[in-house]
Amino acid sequence: MSETVTALGGAHYAGYATITEQPARGMITLRGNLAEVAVKNAATGVAGVDMPDLRECHIVDQRGIAWMSPDELLVMVPHPEVASAVSTIQQTLSGLHSLVVDVSDARALFRIEGSGAREVLAKLCPVDLSPAAFGPGQIRRTRLGHVSAAFWMVDDSAFELVCFRSVAQYAFDLLKTAAEPGGEVGVF
Amino acid sequence: MSTRLQTGGRLIDRNQRLSFTFNGTPMTGFAGDTLAAALLGNDQMLMGRSFKYHRPRGVVAAGPEEPNALVGLGQGPRFEPNQRATTTELFDGLSAISQNHWPSLNFDIGAVNNHLSKFFPAGFYYKTFMYPRAAWKHLFEPIVRHSAGLGKVTQPGDPDRYEHFYAFYDVVVIGGGVAGLQAALAAGHAGAKVLVMEQSAHWGGRAPVDGVEIDGKPAEDWVSATLQALEDMENVTLRSRLMGAGVYDHGYLLAYERVSDHRPGTAGPRHRLWRIRAGRIITATGAIERPLSFAGNDLPGVMLASAVRDYVVNWAISPGDRTVIVTNNDDAYRTALALQMAGLIVAAVIDARPTATGALPQAVRDAGIRVETGRGIAKVKGRARVEGVALCAQAGEGAVLEEIPCDVVAMSGGWSPVVHLWSHCGGKLTWDAAQAHFRPDPDRAPADQDGAPFVIAAGAANGHLQAADTLRDAAAAGQNAAVALGRDPADGTAARANAVAEEPLLPVWIMPQGAGPDLRSKMWLDYQNDVKVSDVQLAAREGYESVEHTKRYTTLGMATDQGKLSNINGLAVLSDALGSDIPQVGTTTFRPPYTPISMAAIAGEARGDTFLPLRRTPMQDWHDANGADFEPVGHWQRPYTFRRGGEDRAAAVKREITNTRTNVGLLDASTLGKLVVKGPDAGKFLDMMYTNMMSTLKPGRCRYGLMCDENGFLIDDGVVARLDDDTFLCHTTTGGADRIHAHMEDWLQCEWWDWQVYVANLTEQYAQIAVVGPKARALLENLGGMDVSAEALPFMGWADGTLAGHPVRIYRISFSGELSYEIAVPAGQGRALWDTLLAVGTQFGIMPYGTEALHVMRAEKGFIMIGDETDGTIIPQDLGLDWAISKKKDDYLGKRGQARSHMTDPDRWKLVGLETLDGGVLPDGAYAVAPGSNANGQRKTQGRVTSTYYSPTLGRGIAMGLVHKGPDRMGEELEFARTDGTMMRARIVDPVFYDKDGEKQNV
Repeated sequence: MSETVTALGGAHYAGYATITEQPARGMITLRGNLAEVAVKNAATGVAGVDMPDLRECHIVDQRGIAWMSPDELLVMVPHPEVASAVSTIQQTLSGLHSLVVDVSDARALFRIEGSGAREVLAKLCPVDLSPAAFGPGQIRRTRLGHVSAAFWMVDDSAFELVCFRSVAQYAFDLLKTAAEPGGEVGVF
Repeated sequence: MSTRLQTGGRLIDRNQRLSFTFNGTPMTGFAGDTLAAALLGNDQMLMGRSFKYHRPRGVVAAGPEEPNALVGLGQGPRFEPNQRATTTELFDGLSAISQNHWPSLNFDIGAVNNHLSKFFPAGFYYKTFMYPRAAWKHLFEPIVRHSAGLGKVTQPGDPDRYEHFYAFYDVVVIGGGVAGLQAALAAGHAGAKVLVMEQSAHWGGRAPVDGVEIDGKPAEDWVSATLQALEDMENVTLRSRLMGAGVYDHGYLLAYERVSDHRPGTAGPRHRLWRIRAGRIITATGAIERPLSFAGNDLPGVMLASAVRDYVVNWAISPGDRTVIVTNNDDAYRTALALQMAGLIVAAVIDARPTATGALPQAVRDAGIRVETGRGIAKVKGRARVEGVALCAQAGEGAVLEEIPCDVVAMSGGWSPVVHLWSHCGGKLTWDAAQAHFRPDPDRAPADQDGAPFVIAAGAANGHLQAADTLRDAAAAGQNAAVALGRDPADGTAARANAVAEEPLLPVWIMPQGAGPDLRSKMWLDYQNDVKVSDVQLAAREGYESVEHTKRYTTLGMATDQGKLSNINGLAVLSDALGSDIPQVGTTTFRPPYTPISMAAIAGEARGDTFLPLRRTPMQDWHDANGADFEPVGHWQRPYTFRRGGEDRAAAVKREITNTRTNVGLLDASTLGKLVVKGPDAGKFLDMMYTNMMSTLKPGRCRYGLMCDENGFLIDDGVVARLDDDTFLCHTTTGGADRIHAHMEDWLQCEWWDWQVYVANLTEQYAQIAVVGPKARALLENLGGMDVSAEALPFMGWADGTLAGHPVRIYRISFSGELSYEIAVPAGQGRALWDTLLAVGTQFGIMPYGTEALHVMRAEKGFIMIGDETDGTIIPQDLGLDWAISKKKDDYLGKRGQARSHMTDPDRWKLVGLETLDGGVLPDGAYAVAPGSNANGQRKTQGRVTSTYYSPTLGRGIAMGLVHKGPDRMGEELEFARTDGTMMRARIVDPVFYDKDGEKQNV
C-alpha cells in the first residue's frame, strides 16, 4: 500500500503551547442507532475502549471512540488497520441500517500540548475550557476561527483537534498565532 | 499654571521618571501618570481644539468621560487618533500630538469659526447646504471635507497583534471600585465563579480619593485587604485594564482588555476582546459627575470638581494656584478640602443652593474657606485660560455682583450613575428627582432566556452615591446574583463605611437660571461637538420634540464620548424648553461599546494569513510551484490556468484546451463535492432530491442529475454513482458540497426523519484527478493495475481497482466531451498519483489544465454550469434539460414549483447557443436588445449571454444565452449591446458546438 501523506507533513510550532500535526490516524465515521447493542459492539470491538456517552470521547493512544452526534460516532484505530476495521464493522452491522466510511484522509489531526493549551483553544473556540468544565473524556464539536473542528483531551494538558484536511494550514496558522509567547492570559 | 506638587500622589512612583513628547516638545512624568496628569504636570493645560469652532480646550475630567483631551498617539504604523489622555497610561517614549488645529495648537486659523459661531447654529448644515443644488458638489463639499473629521487616519500596516478570548463565569462584576469589590466578595463567598474587571490599572475607584473610611480604616487599606481576600479565593478572577464594553442577549458580554497599550511593542497581543458568557452581570460602574452650564464653561481650566481632586490626590497635580468651586451639591466641598490639604488656595465655593448647612460645607467653612450660597457664575473670564469668574445671583439674569480672580474653576452639577451597560440589552431607567439623575429601574432589568433579570446594578451605578449605601447595595447585589444561580447564600454582610450625611442637591441646568441669549450661547453642553444650550433651545423652537431627533439635529452626544457629560444636561435643557418633565423627554439610547474599542480587537486573529480559511487540495503545493494562476471558487483557490514561460492567460488556456483535445490533460477535480448516501430508503430519497430517476440506476453505473429547490429552481447538478443496492455517491459542484450536504440533512432530519438514510460528506477524503483526452486510456494502461478498457469500464460506468499501486475508484464521466476518467484516490495519496500521472504521461504529451479550460471545453459541448447558466431564477426546463426530468415519478423537490403558471409560461427565456457573425467573443452578461423601450425609457431586451468564450477548438467565439422563445428561433440573428454603445450580432444556434453525437467521449 502506498504511503499516506498528511496535509502539513508534521508541522510543529513551540510557543507557550506546542502545536504539532500528528501522523495519519485511522478514522471511521459510523452512523447508526447508538442505542443498538450491535452498534456499540461494532465500535468498541475495533476501538477497544468503552462506548462514549453524550459529548464524550474515550481514547487510549491511537484507539478511541468519539461521540459526534446522536447518531454518529468517530471510531479511531491505527492508520494501517483502518481498512480492515471498516470491513469488520460493516460485517458486524450487516443487515442493520448504518453507514460506515473511512474518513482518515479527510481530516487533519493536531496535538496541542502544554500548560497554555487550554488558553490557546479558548482564544479560537467558543467553549468553556476551564478545568471544571472540560477535561479528559469529553469532546466538543465547535468552530476554530472560521472553520469546523472537534477536540478532546488525551491527558490533563494535551488536546487532540481534528479539522478538515483542506483547512489544515489555516488551522495551524490560527493555533500558532494564539500560542505566540506573550499572549498568555493566565486564567486557567 | 498647572504644576506637580512636591509631595503626595497615591498612584505615582516618583522614583521612575518617564520621558515623552507632546507636539514634539520633550516632557517628563512619573510611572503611574496618565498622559493627562503628566501634561498638567508640565503646565500643558491646552490639549486640543474643539471640532466645530476650534476653541481652545483643556482637560475636563480624569476618566473615560473626558471629551476634550483627545490626542493622536504613537508614530508611524502605530499612530492612532482620538486617544483619551485621561485613560492613556504614560510610558517612556510616548509621543502624542494634539488634534484639530492648523497650523499650531496655540495659533489656529480655524478658530475664526468661533467668531462666526452665530452663523453656525444647530442644523447649520441642513439649512445651508440645500440650495443651490450644484453648490454642494462644487463648493460646500470640498470645504466641509477639508475641515471635517477629528484626528488623522492611521497608517496602514498595524504591526500589533490582536486576539479574542472566550470566557465563562457565573457572575461577572464590571467595575473595580469598592462596590465592585464588595459585590465580588459576596458572590465569591457564596461559591460563584466570579470575574471582576476594572477598566483602569488601579483598583478602588473613587473611595480612596474621597476620603472614605471603611471598617474604620482608610478606603485604600480596605481595598488592599479585599483585593488580597479575593485573590485568595480560587473561584474569583481579578482583571485590571479590562473594560466592560457591551452587554447583549443571553448574558453575552464583550470586554476589552488593553494588554500592552502601556508597554507598546512588547510581545503578545495589544488588545484582547473577551467574549464572555455570564450567568449574572453586576454593573458596579460608578457614576459620572455632571458639568454645570454657565457661560464660558469650556475654557481650559474649567474642570469637574471630582477631576480636580483626582489630579491632586492621585497624581499630585496642582491644576492651578487659585480655584473657585461652583456646585449645586455637598460632594464638591470635598474638592475644597482636598485642595486646601495640598496647600492650594480655594478662592471661594459658589453654591447655587440658597443654603448649605451640611457637614461638608461646615467643614469647609471651618477651614476658613469662603462659601457663597444662592450664587452662580455669570461668566468665566479669560481667553485661552481661566483668569477669573464673575459672580451673580443664581436666581437672576446674570448681573455681575463681583469678580473673583482664579485659574481653575471646579464645577459639580451632581452625579449621574453610569447606566450604559445596564441599558445596552434593554434595562430601563427611572428618574430620581431627589438626586436629579436617571438610575436603573430594578423592576425593568434586562431579562435572560428564562425571563429572569441578568444584569444587576450595584453601588453608585445603581444610584447609591454614599459609600455606606454603596457597600450595602453591592453586597446584596453579589449575594443575589449568586443565589439566583442556585448558590447558597453565604456571608453577605457589607463592610461599613463612615456615613457623612449630605444635604440634597438643587437641580441646576442653566446658571444663572434667567440667563439671556448672550450667556446661553456661551454655555457648552457637548464640548467635543460644540453644542451649546442655545443650540438645544433652538432645536426645540424649531419643533424638535424627540430627544433622539434633537440629538441628531444638534449633534449633541454624537462625538466619541457619546455624551457621557452632556447627555443629562442636554435633555434637561430640552425638556425645559419644551415645558415637559425630564422623564417624559427620556434619554437617548445607550449603545455598545461603552467607550470606543479598537477595530483590530474586533477583528481579532482574522487578519493576514488567518483572515479567511483558504482551502487547499492535496495537489495545491504542486500548483503553487508550477505557475498556477489561481481563481477563488468558494473558499478554494483553484488553478485558472498554468502559465508557462512568457505566456499570458489566454495563450495558456488555449494551449491547455488544444492539448487536452489532441493528447491528454490532467485536472485537479478534488474540490468537487462527494456525498455518500446510504440506507434502505436511499433510492427513494434521491428520487426526491433529483429531478431524474436515481432509484433505477444499476450498481456500477453513473447518471447525471439535477437538483432543484422547492420552488423548482435549479440549485446544483452532478454525477451520481450507485455503489451498491443501498449506497450512492453523489457528486456536487465545488461550491455546492457543504450546501447540498446541509440540504440533504435538512430534509432527512426535519421532513423525512423516518426514512432510513444516512449521508456522509466525503469531499475531502478523496483527491480526484480527471485524466482527459484521446490518449487518456493509453496513459492509464501504462500505469497498470486495473482494466480500463471500454468493455471493462464503459462510458458512464465506474470501477474500483488499483492504479500504480494506489487504491482508486475510476468514474468514466466526461465534462469535456473527451474520453475521460475521473480517478478518486485517498487524499493522502493524491499528490503521489498526480506526480505519477505527470511523469508517465510525458510520453503522451500530458499537461495539467485549469478551470478556464474546463469551462471552455464544457461550453463547446453545450454543458451548463451552475452559477453561469443558473442564477437562482432558472428552472431546468429553461435550459432544455427536460430529458433529465423524470415524467414517471409522483414527486421530486421542485415538481410542484415547476408546474406554476409563470414556470410554464411559453414566454420564458430559454437556453440556446450563440455564434457571433464576425467570429468575435460576446461580452459576458450582454443583453440582446429588442425593438422599443420600456416604461422607464430603457431599451427592451429579449435575451442575455450566460457563458461566453473564445473556442480554440472552433477558432471562434462561442456563447450560450437565454433568449425569448430561443429554441424556436434557430438561425435568427440578434443584436447584443456592448458597454461602449455598439452592437454585436450573433446567430441563434444549437448550444452543442462540438461533437454533437458524443462520439469522442464514448470510446
